[in-house]
Amino acid sequence: MTTSDRPTRRAILLKIGVLFNAAVGAMLAVPVLRYMLSPVTRQRKQGDGTWISLGSLNKFPAGQTRLASYQHPSATPSDGETAETTCWVRRLEDDTFQVFAINCAHLGCPVRWFPQSNLFMCPCHGGAYYQDGSRASGPPPRGLFEYSYKVERGTLLIKAGEMPTPGAQASLLKGSSPCAPSSGSSSCA
Amino acid sequence: MRALIRELVVRVIQRVGNWFEQRLQLTGTIKHTMAHPVPRRTASWFYVFGSAALTVFLLQLVTGILLAIVYVPSAGEAWSSLQALNTQISAGWFIRALHGWGSNFMLAIVAIHMVQVFLFGAHKYPRELTWIVGVFLLLMTLGMAFTGQVLRFDQDAYWGLGIGTSIVSRVPVLGPPLVSLLLGGPIIAAATLSRFFALHVFVIPGALIAFVGIHLLLVLKLGINEWPMPGRIVRRATYLQEYHELTERDGVPFVPGAIVKDLFFSAAILLSIAVCAFVLGPFGPGGQPDPTIIQTAPRPDFFFLWLYALLSLLPPSSETPILLIGPAIALIALIGLPFVAGQGEKSWRRRPIAVLTILLIAVGLGALTRLALHTPWSPVMDAWSGLPIPTKYLVGRSPLERQGALVFQSKQCRNCHSLGDTGGQRGPALDQVAVRLTQDQLIRQVIQGGGNMPAYGNNLSPPQTTALVAFLQTLHPIGQAPARDASQTELSKLGLGP
Repeated sequence: MTTSDRPTRRAILLKIGVLFNAAVGAMLAVPVLRYMLSPVTRQRKQGDGTWISLGSLNKFPAGQTRLASYQHPSATPSDGETAETTCWVRRLEDDTFQVFAINCAHLGCPVRWFPQSNLFMCPCHGGAYYQDGSRASGPPPRGLFEYSYKVERGTLLIKAGEMPTPGAQASLLKGSSPCAPSSGSSSCA
Repeated sequence: MRALIRELVVRVIQRVGNWFEQRLQLTGTIKHTMAHPVPRRTASWFYVFGSAALTVFLLQLVTGILLAIVYVPSAGEAWSSLQALNTQISAGWFIRALHGWGSNFMLAIVAIHMVQVFLFGAHKYPRELTWIVGVFLLLMTLGMAFTGQVLRFDQDAYWGLGIGTSIVSRVPVLGPPLVSLLLGGPIIAAATLSRFFALHVFVIPGALIAFVGIHLLLVLKLGINEWPMPGRIVRRATYLQEYHELTERDGVPFVPGAIVKDLFFSAAILLSIAVCAFVLGPFGPGGQPDPTIIQTAPRPDFFFLWLYALLSLLPPSSETPILLIGPAIALIALIGLPFVAGQGEKSWRRRPIAVLTILLIAVGLGALTRLALHTPWSPVMDAWSGLPIPTKYLVGRSPLERQGALVFQSKQCRNCHSLGDTGGQRGPALDQVAVRLTQDQLIRQVIQGGGNMPAYGNNLSPPQTTALVAFLQTLHPIGQAPARDASQTELSKLGLGP
């Protein structure tokens, strides 16, 4: 080995300098990543969710479908009016309900209930659903999303976690273990 | 005396200039850049779109900063701060209008610029990287348009976010976490607006400035694409030498040879934006972003209308794959283009496939946009109560048939089916339905639905169905008999019919 091939003091210091920066950078990357991913990680903790009241049962006459709104449990003061979320409540009989998400199962537009023809219709891409939430026609790949519910002391409670989206079916089911959303006719009281 | 003062002023300016020059040493570079020769024929009206895009970008930066002085990026207050801009702050409406129309002009000019450089073969050697950087600039411009629409925090923005979220959620496995990342929480709320604000105001503009810088640097380093001549072939081995000779032999200095048309066009575009802003005003905001107001039909801005139509028309089975794979294929095609077609003919006269591709894309996007302006796929939500049945379909009808007409309206058939050219277009027009379907077929269609029509079996009593079908059977042109089942006629001749 000639003298010129031997790593000089400067070259070694340069390497150490680069490595030092890389190490500090990696250290700083951890909190930055945690910060960036906090909506995902925090969500999982909240996943079990709380029961949210939709109000007294009297608001929902048997055999009818009514619009209800609730404030999301994670709402903050700066959310303003977006803290409110709406859903369709169908009361079949006494304690038997179906609570549908407002969002069309196609791409999330707000569906409207037409009691005359017993259909939910979507204004965006023309999806339609029957009164039990099953798909009637149009582009939706499935029926309306359902929230699980229970009746307690004359109040209707639902479990509504995240905004229902076509891809989030698994997590929606997970958050509603007491009563599967597909069997909305079963009361969870 | 006056001459003395003038000489003094000139001397002071010179000394100040020299002071800066000694430190910055930029004069040489600037003079060199301004005087660099460009091929004479590129001093053309076809070569003005890039500089116009830069001008509009600068306008967007300035108006964006002006808006940020007043805009409140909070879900609870954004909408009212936009109202304040529109109504309370002097010329606030005009700055909003400039920014909004600037956005539309920007997208249009970027699209035209891209078509022009593609048809003139500017993506070929050695300008491949310029093209690729340009593709990213296009993506960022679209990103700015979408995030900007979200900052105009109204009903369309709120539900538009819902649509974007639903698309993202369809990504396999990663969908739900991506949705949380996009929304910043479980629902569309304050956290969502804050992150779109950060994207629109810091992240994407920062990247845009960097990429515009690289794009311009590449144009200066490699020289502007020469005017393509049919038969002048691009070869890696010889191109640089040929281009150098061309600029030496038949070049003009960029300033003032070529920049004059750029200056005039940029000013004309700025003026057009200002006129549009002044005459047509700002965009929205529409209704309040209140999720409890569901009487809304959200629509995207003009440049995303084609996507809105596509999402309505794709068959459900192929929708997710096309939504997820389509953009990836488009991106790969755009980035791969200069590597696949990096040499050869530049002139569009000798590149029929290139011209046909542009025409196909233009016709496709144009047709989808046009459809999205009419939304034939959406039910007309108030047709059943707002549009009466044309009198000609009621005159001389029996009570049962008129009862059927009532059922037709009250069961909202009209929302999807038109009569006399009014009503929904989701399903077929029914003015001549009796010619197409027999009584049995009508009953079956009403009860069981099918062919994209809901089944009404659970929703109509037998008398209602009878009346409705009786009415539908009257819908045929005068003098043309309704469709009938031939076998039934034969059976009734034999005395076996119903």
